[in-house]
Amino acid sequence: MLSEQILFFVAAAGALAGAVGVVALRNPFFSVLALVGHLLALAVLFLLLRAEFVAAAQVVVYAGAVMVLYVFVVTYVGGSEEPLGPSLGAIRAVGPLFAVALLAEIAIATVATGLKAVGSRGSEVAAGFGSPQAIGALLMEKFLIAFEAASFLLLLAAVAAVVLAGRRRGLEEAGGERVLQLGRRPETGPQATDRSAGEQGGYGGRAIDKPASAARGGQST
Amino acid sequence: MTWFVVLSAFIFCIGAAGVLTRRNPLVILLCLELMLNAGNLALLAFARGHGDGAGQVFALVVMVIAACEVVIGLGLIVAMYRHKLPIDADEMSELRG
Amino acid sequence: MTPHAVSWAWVVLALPLAGTVGIALGWRTLGGRLAGWIGSGTIGLSFLAGLAMYTTLEEVPPPGRHLVGSAWEYVGTSGVHVDLAVLVDPLSTFMVLVVTSVSFLIHVYSVAYLDSDRGYARFFSYLNFFVFSMLLLVLAANFVVLIVGWAFVGAASYLLISFWYRRDTATRAGIKAFVINVIGDVGLVVAAFLILSQLGSLDYAAAFAAVKSVPRDDGVLIAACLLLLVGAFAKSGQLPLHTWLPDAMEGPTPVSALIHAATMVTAGVYLIARCYPLFEHAPTAAAIGAIVGTLTLLFAATVALVVTDLKRIIAYSTISQIGYMVLGVSAFAYSAGLFHLMTHAFFKALLFMGAGSVVSALGMTNESIDRMSGFRKAMPFTFATFTIGAAALAGFPLLSGFFSKDEVLSYTLHRGGLYTLLAVLGYAAALLTAFYAFRMVFRVFFGEPVEGASSLERGDLYHAEPRNPLTGEEEDTDVGFPGPEHHIAERAFSMKAPMAILALLAVVGGLMAVPGLTAEVEHFLEPSFAASEHLHEKPPVSEQLTGLAIGGVLALLGIGAAYLVYLRRPSLARSARERLSLVHRFLVNKWYFDELYDRAFVRPGRALGRFGRATVERVLVQGALVGGATGVVRAGTAFARAIQTGYLRAYALLLLAGVCALALYFLIASR
Repeated sequence: MLSEQILFFVAAAGALAGAVGVVALRNPFFSVLALVGHLLALAVLFLLLRAEFVAAAQVVVYAGAVMVLYVFVVTYVGGSEEPLGPSLGAIRAVGPLFAVALLAEIAIATVATGLKAVGSRGSEVAAGFGSPQAIGALLMEKFLIAFEAASFLLLLAAVAAVVLAGRRRGLEEAGGERVLQLGRRPETGPQATDRSAGEQGGYGGRAIDKPASAARGGQST
Repeated sequence: MTWFVVLSAFIFCIGAAGVLTRRNPLVILLCLELMLNAGNLALLAFARGHGDGAGQVFALVVMVIAACEVVIGLGLIVAMYRHKLPIDADEMSELRG
Repeated sequence: MTPHAVSWAWVVLALPLAGTVGIALGWRTLGGRLAGWIGSGTIGLSFLAGLAMYTTLEEVPPPGRHLVGSAWEYVGTSGVHVDLAVLVDPLSTFMVLVVTSVSFLIHVYSVAYLDSDRGYARFFSYLNFFVFSMLLLVLAANFVVLIVGWAFVGAASYLLISFWYRRDTATRAGIKAFVINVIGDVGLVVAAFLILSQLGSLDYAAAFAAVKSVPRDDGVLIAACLLLLVGAFAKSGQLPLHTWLPDAMEGPTPVSALIHAATMVTAGVYLIARCYPLFEHAPTAAAIGAIVGTLTLLFAATVALVVTDLKRIIAYSTISQIGYMVLGVSAFAYSAGLFHLMTHAFFKALLFMGAGSVVSALGMTNESIDRMSGFRKAMPFTFATFTIGAAALAGFPLLSGFFSKDEVLSYTLHRGGLYTLLAVLGYAAALLTAFYAFRMVFRVFFGEPVEGASSLERGDLYHAEPRNPLTGEEEDTDVGFPGPEHHIAERAFSMKAPMAILALLAVVGGLMAVPGLTAEVEHFLEPSFAASEHLHEKPPVSEQLTGLAIGGVLALLGIGAAYLVYLRRPSLARSARERLSLVHRFLVNKWYFDELYDRAFVRPGRALGRFGRATVERVLVQGALVGGATGVVRAGTAFARAIQTGYLRAYALLLLAGVCALALYFLIASR
């Protein structure tokens, strides 16, 4: 029991450190590495919770495959430092405030809750709990539709990623103009749209008159 | 058991703060991963508490969705890079009303 | 199994509807007179189906002659249960036969009459639609279907009055008719509500069976009956809702003949007869109906004495004759009232056809009798048939009107009490009727031939200037009738044949109910009125014969007076007019009803409308409601735009703030 508790605290510390590292490190490449460490620590915690299969999936799929994808992209895009430019100071300041507020709320909820399971050591579970057999049986019997939906979602995501990131021939040149539009400075964009709205006569008040006069002309013939 | 849930709350809030403070979309995606994993941790903790395997299945599905999100998000970032756009979440404000 | 008679009823209904739709859709491809013949054909077949309905109904033993057939359920909730159902009983069969036969003849007449009109197919589509609506009205088995048919005939009437829509007076007359008819519709609908609340059913059979459970002369029941009377009076042109009917003469003459003389305007009479258990249980309402009917017949007869427009004279005579019918059915003499309805349909349609023949010979649609005279030699056939119609109207002995009108009056006299007075007034009006009927004949057909008549006599076609007789404005002949190429006069066979048949019916129709000898109509209708308390209260034959003698003498007196005034000593009419100028002006202005309504309703209505437009519409609606709504929307969108910064992290912040707020809410709520 004691060993479990020691293990929990060590893993929890690792997970927290990883999480803070993800947020705090300036270089995205190191952020990714911190996340890998965080995920490994989480996998240990999952094992403590008798979730063998999920822990295995966490290590193999998440820390392995997904993170490799991240590393690829970071190296491809270039693990640049935090870019400079106009900063949204207000959000920067208020954001953590809300995060802390949420933390406080959840902490209060967790500590002062009436739920029996929280605070106990957990119910006694069968020997096979969390094993691949148990998870497989659940997936195939009870959650078949959710399982199929998830697999379909994965397929969609794969197709979408190909469409999004794939190099499209002939669009590069035509896309040049688009780049300029998309990259417009935030200050100029909204003003331009405002002006064009004003030229059209607000909410189309003028536009109503035109068909009416046309109809009158039609009647008189 | 309480510890697990409190830990998950901590991780979740760290992730949320990261989403709000960082400007690099890549890091924002990483912070989203943090939040999802915090959710997973809570799910597994409750599954253990109730002795019910359903929570673990939920966690698996969350992982699948996280994978999808990663794929799309990274695809977008690659597309941005291809079009020579700055990799900065604040520069992408075309949707302003 | 559905009884055969009910199946035939559906056929009767389906044929005019098919004609309406078919002609309306195929108007482009139906060249020449094809649309007219198709329209006539469907109505003719409908009449044959009506005959089949009649014979199959006759096979049913009399107590069971109340057959209901339901197509589907309209409404089925607790308390309200309405089917699309038809009722086949002697009364509805009688009405179906009258409507389809007269309609068929008038359709055939119109085939030639409207030959040169550009709206030829449109006209027959409307006319078929009218017949369908009228049949729906008389075949309805509950008040809902009745109201549907009732509103449909109002719409058809509007369409047909405004048929020449380029003519201002015609469209205005159509609107007037429609508005007044809607007043009646509202009365009928509210009456149906009251009947549902008081008797618990909208089905005729169930409602009439439940009436015994209500105390006699119950207040709500009287109110329901009075509202039914409002509906009936609006449709039938009774006081004080009669003003639309003379103006409705702006429509083509066959329309006047069919809708505004023979069928639609008698719907009110049918309604009172159909709802007889209610009226017998609320005698106060029935008495009011009888009084209004009598006042109407007297009023209209006096106005008909002085009106000069030929078609309007006949229109006022229609109002007057319907007054007789209303008096009859309100005095519980159902078969007498309905018999008069039938004979009136024959001779009034005939009179209108003759009038149409004369005015079309002048190239007109309406014409004052001041501009007519001496058509006797030019149009001998029209002269003969018109005179037969006028004689039947006047109650000339042994013609149809003679028997039917006097049957109504002798039944009323036999009722005693108040009804004695009403019957005496009815006899007085009968004298006036004979006078004005023959005023038309003598003024139009005798005397020096006018230019139109003499050119017709020479075999030429007379071309009058196309102008509106009411306003004197030049008419747009491009719309079709009245146009320069329209001349048919009385030469077309398809006009002559219906007139001949109707003349024959006007002569012999009365033989169906000669007192003491025949009582065909009464026997046939008896099962419909089996529950009536007054079924066997008949005047003895001797009383009826006395009544007939009085009526005959009055008719001959009236005709003699007209002969004296208009043929022998025309100066008499002029001097009478001068000496009684005040009375004359009062009558020419139709007792100032139009002016009264103008002062009482139209002008305040217009002022109210102006107030509404200036104050309510401009300031309140456009300023406050519309302006306020757009203001709110503008402010809202400005707020929404402010939120939509386009910054991903701002959205995330809002999301997180929402989650925080939600968590806070749950924390507080769970305490």
